[in-house]
Amino acid sequence: MKIPRLTDTTLRDGSHAISYSFTEDQVRDIVRGLDEAGVPVIEVSHGAGLNGSTIQQGFSKTPEFDLIKVAVETAKQAKIASLFVPGIGTSEELKEAVKIGIKAVRVAVHCTEADVTEQYIRLAKELGIEAVGFLMMSHTQPAEVLVRQAELMESYGADCVYVVDSAGALVPQGVRDRVSALKDALSIEVGFHAHNNLGLAIGNTVAALEAGADQIDGTVRALGAGAGNAPTEVIVATLNKMELDTGINLTGLMDLSEEVVAPIMPVPIVIDRDNLSSGYAGVYNSFLMHVRHAAEKFDLNPTEIMEELGKRQAIAGQEDWILDVALELAEKKKLGV
Amino acid sequence: MSKVKVAILGSGNIGTDLMYKILKNDGAMEVSLVAGIDPESEGLRRAREAGIGSSHEGINDILADPEIKIVFDATSAKAHIQAAEQLRAAGKMAIDLTPAAVGPYLVPPVNLNEHIEARNVNMVSCAGQATTPLVHAVSRVVPVHYAEMIATVASKAIGPGTRQNVDEFTRTTANSLVKVGGAKTARAIPVFNPAEPPITMTNTVYAAIKEKDFDTDEIKKSIYGMIEDVSEYVPGYRLKGEPIIDYRDTPWGRLPVVVMMNEVEGAGDFFPKYAGNLDIMTASARKVGELYASHFLANMKV
Repeated sequence: MKIPRLTDTTLRDGSHAISYSFTEDQVRDIVRGLDEAGVPVIEVSHGAGLNGSTIQQGFSKTPEFDLIKVAVETAKQAKIASLFVPGIGTSEELKEAVKIGIKAVRVAVHCTEADVTEQYIRLAKELGIEAVGFLMMSHTQPAEVLVRQAELMESYGADCVYVVDSAGALVPQGVRDRVSALKDALSIEVGFHAHNNLGLAIGNTVAALEAGADQIDGTVRALGAGAGNAPTEVIVATLNKMELDTGINLTGLMDLSEEVVAPIMPVPIVIDRDNLSSGYAGVYNSFLMHVRHAAEKFDLNPTEIMEELGKRQAIAGQEDWILDVALELAEKKKLGV
Repeated sequence: MSKVKVAILGSGNIGTDLMYKILKNDGAMEVSLVAGIDPESEGLRRAREAGIGSSHEGINDILADPEIKIVFDATSAKAHIQAAEQLRAAGKMAIDLTPAAVGPYLVPPVNLNEHIEARNVNMVSCAGQATTPLVHAVSRVVPVHYAEMIATVASKAIGPGTRQNVDEFTRTTANSLVKVGGAKTARAIPVFNPAEPPITMTNTVYAAIKEKDFDTDEIKKSIYGMIEDVSEYVPGYRLKGEPIIDYRDTPWGRLPVVVMMNEVEGAGDFFPKYAGNLDIMTASARKVGELYASHFLANMKV
């Protein structure tokens, strides 16, 4: 089995879990820990990607370009990357981030909309950085659809395409089918990004590796949206046991998790009712905080909101539908329907 | 009653839907020509079937006919920049449905009469037509410090032009929320949702207010009035639920935010009904065309 490249996205995916409140000091400490441990890629941006600071998603407490700058200045060996969602970010933000020093961008779209990434993947390559295509909500489409979308990204110049389990809704067989189909069809690298709603983040990551994945994602202590991700330190421990030596220092990561990341987390990330219902309904993980806000405001159970969002096939970026669903459910309750 | 002769440049989906809308509504305009570049295109075939002049010579036959006074451009931003010059030189009024923005933005219920002497006006974007009136409905009651809109449209209703240039779409729409809608600053974010069956266009508009004192009832009344104004020419335009005031943490402190959720169902003239985004574009363009045609006729009489 190939030794995968590990990207840590605590400072991007994790921002969802702490309502976009990362400070410069926290970024410096986490980047230093990851960099010294030997993690090769560190993703830093608003959880919804560059320019994600909005009413819809939640505003960043510290401007993300300031955080990216700290990360770039702190990292000695690691490459700093950012997430980019077309429509939330524009070419301007991508250019600015490259000027500050990011060396890779992950261009993320819903997994049927790859043609929207062309402008940005080409721009990233023109600017001389690595471009990764990020197919979000991959559980919603069968392997053959993902292959066609991934091929588009490859044709625009992407260096890698990720199967992204944004809702934590895939089981290992589903991961294997999708990753191996992409491996067969593409000449570029293939990655996998897990969420833990079904308790399968590590298991699915191993399944992806068995299917040939070249790149995988983790977050320290699973600090990511919703049910969190495959914990970076657990991935490294697992890879060691599988005799896949990434050269990453496990002890360093464990200390980082315990001493730096745990104190930042308002509550430990567990698979509670809300997270399980989210994964089970196939709902995007960053909706969690917004669903809880709406459930409280309208005296509803988060589970019923998750179920309805799943039925409506909401995708990334549709946090506004949460309010719409909550209003409708509350109205129905009032009428006793 | 005499009518003003108009032409539609571009025989794609937008041009074809616009043709049906003008035919369906007996007003001051008469479609005399639909011009495209492909004689086999469905749009030109439909124009012929409807008994309307058609040309596959692009803009040439439009320029050659002095009777044509108003031209709807439903091609592309790049093409319009060239066409705008030619139309101006030929003394024709241009209603631009591309994002080229050569002329001022026009959103009918907000600034329809402000540019009555303009020779080229721009229809912003589908989301701009849908959400600018809502921002304006709030800003005419209380200053809007920041407006943000999320437009969710069915993937099937988004053409390749928009897909390849999302930057342009977000910029143009946000500009319209500021310049026409009256917000101090603004953001616009599109979402393309592939759900089956396809979803109807839905828009959410957030308007953040810094003022401490404002009259919620006045704001709601203004919003309801605006919905009526738009639905007069876009029948499927409506609010989803009541506007609500939600408090959100923003870079300017914890502020009241007016949240307006809106749905646009198309008339189903040529596009399927879910494609409210395309419908509101052609319906708005027709509304603008009517105004200029009436203005033209009135001037003729003087």
